[in-house]
Amino acid sequence: MANFTPISAAIGGALIGLSAALLMLLNGRIAGVTGVFAGLIDPTGIDRAWRATFIAGLIVAPLSAALVGFTLPIPQMPTNLIVVAAGGLLVGFGTRLSNGCTSGHGVCGIARLSPRSITAMVIFMAAAIVVVALTRHVFGG
Amino acid sequence: MRALASLFCGFVFGWGLFISGMMRPDKVLGFLDVFAIPSGKWDPSLAVVMAAALAVTGVGYALLRRRTPIFETQSHWPTQTAIDRPLVAGSILFGVGWGLVGLCPGPAIANLATLSSPVIVFVVAMAAGTLVHDLWYARSVTPDTPSLAQANAADG
Repeated sequence: MANFTPISAAIGGALIGLSAALLMLLNGRIAGVTGVFAGLIDPTGIDRAWRATFIAGLIVAPLSAALVGFTLPIPQMPTNLIVVAAGGLLVGFGTRLSNGCTSGHGVCGIARLSPRSITAMVIFMAAAIVVVALTRHVFGG
Repeated sequence: MRALASLFCGFVFGWGLFISGMMRPDKVLGFLDVFAIPSGKWDPSLAVVMAAALAVTGVGYALLRRRTPIFETQSHWPTQTAIDRPLVAGSILFGVGWGLVGLCPGPAIANLATLSSPVIVFVVAMAAGTLVHDLWYARSVTPDTPSLAQANAADG
């Protein structure tokens, strides 16, 4: 397990949890990025201000990390932009249909022990594992 | 104040994604690649991120269950409990997209900070997927379909 980084993973995860708890304490909202983002771009969306600033915070955080001297790695993405766009469409449509992603269902929902969110997480994890197995071990090098 | 509070929360969330390594698609895919377990190349980091996030959120939510939020008149706890077709179908589609690229919505948006063009393509496509869903949902509305706002009173 040469790539395992348990300490940074635990610190980062705790910060994500802290953010979710704080957003509920301060604004009474679930820290689900799908819901926040969709409500921001939906033409009929309401309560845009806090959504916009949450998204802004998500983007400013890595910028501030780079400013204080951390390396901000350029993400490794598939070279075929059609695959990238297809992935984005699936993620956008799918998370909206199921009403949550890794944060809304995975963190906030499971923290409430919601059977609905546990089901969502099991299904999207399983689907992603199958796709990675196919792309890496069946069709890929 | 609400906008400022959520700016801070988004900022803490973004730092969490950054420090945990979850902004890196290669690291996320390294977790999803369970067939790498026998070779010793599997990366269980994402499981630790989830466990830590769940522990903190779980304790926080338990304490806040009956509390009124500071800058809002009431908490917006999710109300949906149904395990229905949209939940299952949406989760499958999301999982396929996540497995193809290694980005879910939070890290995708945080990665806009890198101004990398594939990330911009991904986020634009993600926004398009969201809007396509909403248009399709609006067309399929019948008198008994919950409005999108009601449907959104749930999850995240």
